[in-house]
Amino acid sequence: MGKRIGMEVAIAASEAVALCNIDVAAVYPITPQSHMAEHLADIIHDGRIDAEFITVESEHSSISACAGASAAGARAYTATSSQGLMLMHEILPIVSAMRLPVVMGNANRAVSGPLSIWNDHSDIMPQRDSGWICMFAENGQEVVDLTIQSFKIAEHPDVMLPVVLNIDGFQLTHMIEPLEFPSQKEVNKFLPPRKPFASLHPDNPLSMGCFNTPDIYMETMKAKDTALHNSKKTIVKIWNEWGKQFGRTYRPVETYKAKGADTLIVTMGSMGETASIAVDQLRKKGISVGLVKMRLWRPFPLDELRAAIKGCKTLIVMDRAVSFGGAGGPVGTEIKSLLYHDKGRPRIVDFIMGLGGRDVTVDDFIAMVERAKKKKDETYEYYGVRE
Amino acid sequence: MKQKKAASKAWPEKWNEINPGCMVFIPGNASTYHTGSWRAQRPEWDNKKCIKCGLCYIFCPEGCISEDAEGFFKANLDYCKGCGICAHECWPGAIKMFEEEE
Amino acid sequence: MSTVQNFEIYVPKLLDRREFFSAGHRACQGCGEVLALRLILKALGDDVVVSNATGCMEIISSAYPQTAWEVPYIHVAFENAGAVASGVEAALKALRRKGRIADRYVKSVAIAGDGGTVDIGFQALSGAMERGHDMVFFCLDNEAYMNTGIQRSSATPFMAATTTSPAGKVIKGQRTGKKNMPEIMVAHNIPYVATACPSYPIDLVNKVKKAKEVKGPAYIHVFSMCPTGWRSASEETIKLGRLVVETGVFPLYEVENGKYRMTMEIPKKLRPVEDYLKLQGRFRHLNPDDIEKVQALVNKEWRKLMNKVACMKPW
Repeated sequence: MGKRIGMEVAIAASEAVALCNIDVAAVYPITPQSHMAEHLADIIHDGRIDAEFITVESEHSSISACAGASAAGARAYTATSSQGLMLMHEILPIVSAMRLPVVMGNANRAVSGPLSIWNDHSDIMPQRDSGWICMFAENGQEVVDLTIQSFKIAEHPDVMLPVVLNIDGFQLTHMIEPLEFPSQKEVNKFLPPRKPFASLHPDNPLSMGCFNTPDIYMETMKAKDTALHNSKKTIVKIWNEWGKQFGRTYRPVETYKAKGADTLIVTMGSMGETASIAVDQLRKKGISVGLVKMRLWRPFPLDELRAAIKGCKTLIVMDRAVSFGGAGGPVGTEIKSLLYHDKGRPRIVDFIMGLGGRDVTVDDFIAMVERAKKKKDETYEYYGVRE
Repeated sequence: MKQKKAASKAWPEKWNEINPGCMVFIPGNASTYHTGSWRAQRPEWDNKKCIKCGLCYIFCPEGCISEDAEGFFKANLDYCKGCGICAHECWPGAIKMFEEEE
Repeated sequence: MSTVQNFEIYVPKLLDRREFFSAGHRACQGCGEVLALRLILKALGDDVVVSNATGCMEIISSAYPQTAWEVPYIHVAFENAGAVASGVEAALKALRRKGRIADRYVKSVAIAGDGGTVDIGFQALSGAMERGHDMVFFCLDNEAYMNTGIQRSSATPFMAATTTSPAGKVIKGQRTGKKNMPEIMVAHNIPYVATACPSYPIDLVNKVKKAKEVKGPAYIHVFSMCPTGWRSASEETIKLGRLVVETGVFPLYEVENGKYRMTMEIPKKLRPVEDYLKLQGRFRHLNPDDIEKVQALVNKEWRKLMNKVACMKPW
């Protein structure tokens, strides 16, 4: 194991980006992402890396500038949160449709009305259908590793899709953790300079962003959907390569004491660590419970999820977002619909919890496991709301 | 994703034939569409009056007016939409518009 | 034998012969905007990357699987031509510096309609100009959102009829005057701002070439005649472009480092604006009182410009 340095995770994210030989970064500050933007500016203004830092005037322009830069062949990066991500919403499906390998760090923060700067997943969930590869980091080391991997995944000729890495705002971005950074030489070996499939340059003129009439649009959509589904095997391959080189292997779905468990908790993001302590405490009391942590959200890793939950009777899904007036949280709803036809599928309980930075402790997880046992039906419910 | 510059594919394409990102790799291939079918009138040059100034070539929105070997001008009727700008601007009056009979 | 000195011979045959925008594009008959675009591209040459906003020029040129563009081209969305061109400029700069692309100067150019410049595209344009990117921004101004069906923009002139500012019984057309975008661009302290019109093609080409040479942001506002949206005869497109200049409605000038300079002959008396208005159906609801109001506004804007020409000094 290499040397570990104590560093704030948001700052570490930018240090990881700096190792990746980026060419252009266009970032607009927003709490709690701001440390990521500021530190990247420090790095570039000190000349530690050779890149252009565009201080755009809004997030809509930051993603647009990254699209232009990526189209011109550059390795481009941006970061945002909540309202910024919502402002980018219009452009996100365009970036994925144009197969531009932009990488984005998203510091998860609740979406306004009313304004909240604190953590939940309501900012990334509306971007579910945008065609981006979407992953969640659980701790600082994952943030460093997944950031570097994101560039390789995005630019791979069998993928060519943008990637967004979710980092829980404040809960993870502002934690100081001991982190191991690969050396520049090691990163260069893992991540060579970008070789674009096509780029904007007069040496080879082409047109990007051409529009579709009704007689071709459906085919274009199927092509995009297929590309996103197919990207999973390359993501897994690259995660295995990382594992071989650095000794830390990542999988689309991670499990913790899940084998043979009657009840499984499903989490995404940093709450997985808290949930794992709850699992330990419950197991001490003799309760058959385990943890399933989803790292990959898009493309949805259905095969891996099925393998992880095999044999369990109750699945408790922890949702940090809700679809108002609908069927519950996005993760719970998606898992329910994907497992609908599976013989012997578990009973699925969907908790809406931890919205707007509401802390979810070990005791809360234990209480939710208790509550799930008593629950008779499969409707979703809020946990921790004062009634 | 191996093919980059596709040879002409039959239109409309199958979903797995579409260029990634709907990029078009052949610059200017819009010229395969002949807009000449749009027009109701076409320009004709009276070379006795033409002074070879080239203004008709400059002002054509289609860019379809070209110079021949002798330096006189004519419109490419594959593309000419019959807007009448060239005839209107020709100051020696060398260009006149004629109705397309159909 | 004497030789005339200081005489730049105007010969159309000195224009680049190549067509950088192929025929077969789907513009309307007599479209002044596509003519302006054709001339702009001739002046820019090969070494450009065009970032285009959604609008007439984008739609008539790039229906997959075809493209009329012979130069590298990208379209992303309606309001971000300025931002996309900023990203392209930064990428080309970084990649050239790192030796990953040819060591040759390639200009990033943004092209947007009046909607994508003065309304929805304003923010991205303002940001790009403020940051000082080495790019040229062209506003191809046909004075309404033409591509979506002739709705008004803030570049629509006073009293013009559009579908969202119709000539109704109570309110007769556009209620406000044209937003002065070149002035706003000068206020961004950029080195070069100009207005141009394709009816004055050599002037337009010269200004484009000048803008391309600027190492920093440049902005050119190009008047784009639209027979479809203005209900004018397709063959009178060029004539309208001349009248708009002669009546002082769209003066031709350059602003270099803050110094205003006319690039047209300053007439002793402006031609009456009625000569320009009567050729267009979008003004046919104007009675003589309305025309006086329009004339008064034209005169006021012209006076403002003349004042700036007289007293602005270079920075």
